[in-house]
Amino acid sequence: MIMSRQPGTEAIQKNGWLLAHKWLLARRISQLTILTLFMIGPWFGMWLIKGNLNSSLILDTVPLTDPYILLQSLFAGHNLETVAITGAAIVLAFYLLVSGRVYCSWVCPVNMITDLAHWLRQRLNIKNASSISKNSRYWLLAVTLLLALITNNLAWEVVNPVSMMHRGLIFGMGMAWTVLLAIFLFDLLVSRRGWCSHLCPVGAFYSLLGTHSPLRIRADARAQCDDCMDCFVVCPEQQVIRPALKGADKNIGPVITSANCTNCGRCIDVCAKEVFHFGLRFNNKEKHKHHFNNQTKNSTGAEVL
Amino acid sequence: MIQSSTSRTPDSSSRRRFLVSSARTVSSAALLGLGIGLYSRQSVSLPAEALRPPGALAEADFLSACIRCGLCVRDCPFDTLSLAKLGDPVTTGTPYFTARDVPCEMCDDIPCVKACPSGALDHNLEKIDDARMGLAVLLDQENCLNFQGLRCDVCYRICPAINEAITLEHVSNVRSGKHAMFIPTVHSDHCTGCGKCERACVLEEAAIKVLPLRLAKGELGHHYRWGWKEKEKAGGSLVTPDSEHKFNLPEGQHYEYEDQGLIFDDNTSNNSPFSSDPLKTLNQGMKESL
Repeated sequence: MIMSRQPGTEAIQKNGWLLAHKWLLARRISQLTILTLFMIGPWFGMWLIKGNLNSSLILDTVPLTDPYILLQSLFAGHNLETVAITGAAIVLAFYLLVSGRVYCSWVCPVNMITDLAHWLRQRLNIKNASSISKNSRYWLLAVTLLLALITNNLAWEVVNPVSMMHRGLIFGMGMAWTVLLAIFLFDLLVSRRGWCSHLCPVGAFYSLLGTHSPLRIRADARAQCDDCMDCFVVCPEQQVIRPALKGADKNIGPVITSANCTNCGRCIDVCAKEVFHFGLRFNNKEKHKHHFNNQTKNSTGAEVL
Repeated sequence: MIQSSTSRTPDSSSRRRFLVSSARTVSSAALLGLGIGLYSRQSVSLPAEALRPPGALAEADFLSACIRCGLCVRDCPFDTLSLAKLGDPVTTGTPYFTARDVPCEMCDDIPCVKACPSGALDHNLEKIDDARMGLAVLLDQENCLNFQGLRCDVCYRICPAINEAITLEHVSNVRSGKHAMFIPTVHSDHCTGCGKCERACVLEEAAIKVLPLRLAKGELGHHYRWGWKEKEKAGGSLVTPDSEHKFNLPEGQHYEYEDQGLIFDDNTSNNSPFSSDPLKTLNQGMKESL
């Protein structure tokens, strides 16, 4: 078996394994902590948080509701209730701030499955050109809402792997593992990052919340890039890096502005040149080009809005 | 001609590629949607054994309102409710209970309804007695012990609304000829469908079962009126009372219904209006009618 070169090798040599995986580890800790918080209730009878990702209640006081499922419910013709709306408002506010697809990389349990599939895919050097459009997810998002409208039922929730996995782990899996296995095999054998980066309508919905969120990854030190391509290899949404990393000539700022960047931070981990870091989307101009600042302030503002 | 075609080729081929790939994406999404839609249609048929929690909206509305969070399941103190898993015969992620396994204990504070964030369980339900999760029906009269003249009475005794939701109606026991039978009789104006009777039934398979209302209840034709109820409402008969029937018999005769029949006032013979010759009688009748 041919092993491909592992991305991040230089970063590991330079900073040590732990530092070269810090954001990945933080993400896993976040995903597992959220899952554990939900599990403590059924396991030990301590109800810090009840319910599941669709809707939950923290310490019997603060409601959280997935705005996407509430939107489906609205399309299915149900008049929304205050508790659910409050919960959804809290969740919306959070993701508008930190970028919607933080849900995908820091919360969603399916991400662990698809990341595993991708890791194995690289290890086994499985390469086949997938021809699924990245826009498929938006079409699927539209289809799920249309289905709710037509069937007066949350039709998508009958098969939604994201809510199914989270609910399954907490309330009992049933046959849901078959759907998760199908996604794992699909990502491993059929399409690179097929589910999370091409098809998932949940991710598509959350990406819409990230179009203006302040928390972004920046490539401020892009001049140091040595074209090792490691960030590109690990990135689940490869198309988002290029404009920020290579856009200096075209006068594109160093902020990764695409709403489909999941803020997973893996590019920061694997870059030995420390090009990337977490930051804010404002001041999206190169630091050394001070004479441009006044001239382009208005256009920057327009971009932010 | 050649020039224009060469100048157009890269442009039109990229447009073509764009159109084809868009069409493929859209049609794939539509196809997937069709599959999910049909599957979801099929999966909404709720089996009769699966009962929804108290306060649940009518099934169609419930499926649009329930966000599959399981908070009602969590707040049920008796672990009555469970959340349907993929592969269960109930729509995935929605709450239900099976009366024969664990019935609803009818908590006074109805915690499951309070927990519901979406209103799929109606927050207007304030008294658990007003819940209608289903309706108990004594389905198997051939095996119900009370129907054999025995005094089982378990369903009646366990009923939280004893003497209201289930009463024992006395009927004479034809088999023995001298005993009474105590027939458990369910009344829909009090039965909440909690399922305790079905759980408690001593038979191997319960003779009394809680069915969803759509199965348990008949529905009267909307134009039907019960005469006696209308009479009561109106305070008297709504139709003109029948006048006393007149027999229009010849003088000296009258008729008593359910008695002697035709009576001749004087018993002197041959006062009959009928001739001894039947043909003559008929002819006479014809003449009169003419």
